[in-house]
Amino acid sequence: MVAWLAILAACQLAGEIFAQVTHLPVPGPVWGMTLLFGYLVVNGRVPDGLGKVANALLSNLSLLFVPAGAGIILHFKLLAADWLPLSAALVISTLLTIGVTASAMTFLSRKSRPSISGEQGE
Amino acid sequence: MNNLRDVWVYLSENPLLHLTMTLAAYLFGHAVYRWRGFNPLFNPVLFAVTLIVIILLVTKTSYQTYFQGAQFVHFLLGPATVALAVPLYNQIERVRRSVVPILLSILAGSLTASISAIGIVWALGGSRESLLSIGPKSVTTPVAMGIAQELGGLPSLTAALVILTGIAGAMLGPALMNRLGIKDWAARGLAMGVASHGIGTARALQVNEAAGAFSGLAMGLNALATAILLPALWHAFR
Repeated sequence: MVAWLAILAACQLAGEIFAQVTHLPVPGPVWGMTLLFGYLVVNGRVPDGLGKVANALLSNLSLLFVPAGAGIILHFKLLAADWLPLSAALVISTLLTIGVTASAMTFLSRKSRPSISGEQGE
Repeated sequence: MNNLRDVWVYLSENPLLHLTMTLAAYLFGHAVYRWRGFNPLFNPVLFAVTLIVIILLVTKTSYQTYFQGAQFVHFLLGPATVALAVPLYNQIERVRRSVVPILLSILAGSLTASISAIGIVWALGGSRESLLSIGPKSVTTPVAMGIAQELGGLPSLTAALVILTGIAGAMLGPALMNRLGIKDWAARGLAMGVASHGIGTARALQVNEAAGAFSGLAMGLNALATAILLPALWHAFR
């Protein structure tokens, strides 16, 4: 377990360094994810220990956003000054984005491979 | 009474108090969420954040003091993002089968997110700061703050809007997609990741591993697409 936690941290570290060096607009942890993904493709399967550590972290992913979320306390004034345009934009634009992305994916994947549409559904 | 005060003064400066508070608020929020039959309106992140903000305001605790304890939880976001490679790898066959639809859908979602947010704030007469800060609202926080800086917005306002966008998407997204009749887990996951970054991904992972994998993929690619497209569009049409 500890070895895999160390490997996750090392991937992130390598990602952070890569992000610093290249100045590409992608955060270090996302590069780290790309690196680990590359390893998994080469390895051909997910090692048991890595699967366990990943599962432990990801099954509680929502919790990890709570500290940053409480940071809203610092911005009440800015948010309050423009609350109507901001809240309308947040809700409407988020719903619009979800609707457009999900519909586009459904439409395009049906169009490109009509044969697998039977796989869709829950 | 003085003793009690001393205990409070000691604890309020100790990171353990705010670490415990963060965990307890989330557990409480999750218990309420389960008790309400996983009704999305009782989103555990929103519940925990609201509870913590109220406690900080009542006890006159600064966010900096709170964060000294909460940072131990916050820190795990990095390794957790790296770990998203595992569900993504488990979906590699599905991803490979539909690379073009995935990329086009993310591109459509990315443009919709930025343009509609800026357009709505502009139409409703929002300030210039708000206009420039809300563009990257659907992008994961560190990238969104960088984009806001480049456009001339307020990165700290963007950070707050990003979190609120994530919560809004996690609360309202699944119901909207049910109404639209979208059942494919890949499409549902992509939409959550494009619109609501990591918070949407966390929500998607709770429901279905495939949806979580596509959501994580969409989060990463949307950050890249928005960071390239939004500043370019802004400079072209300003």
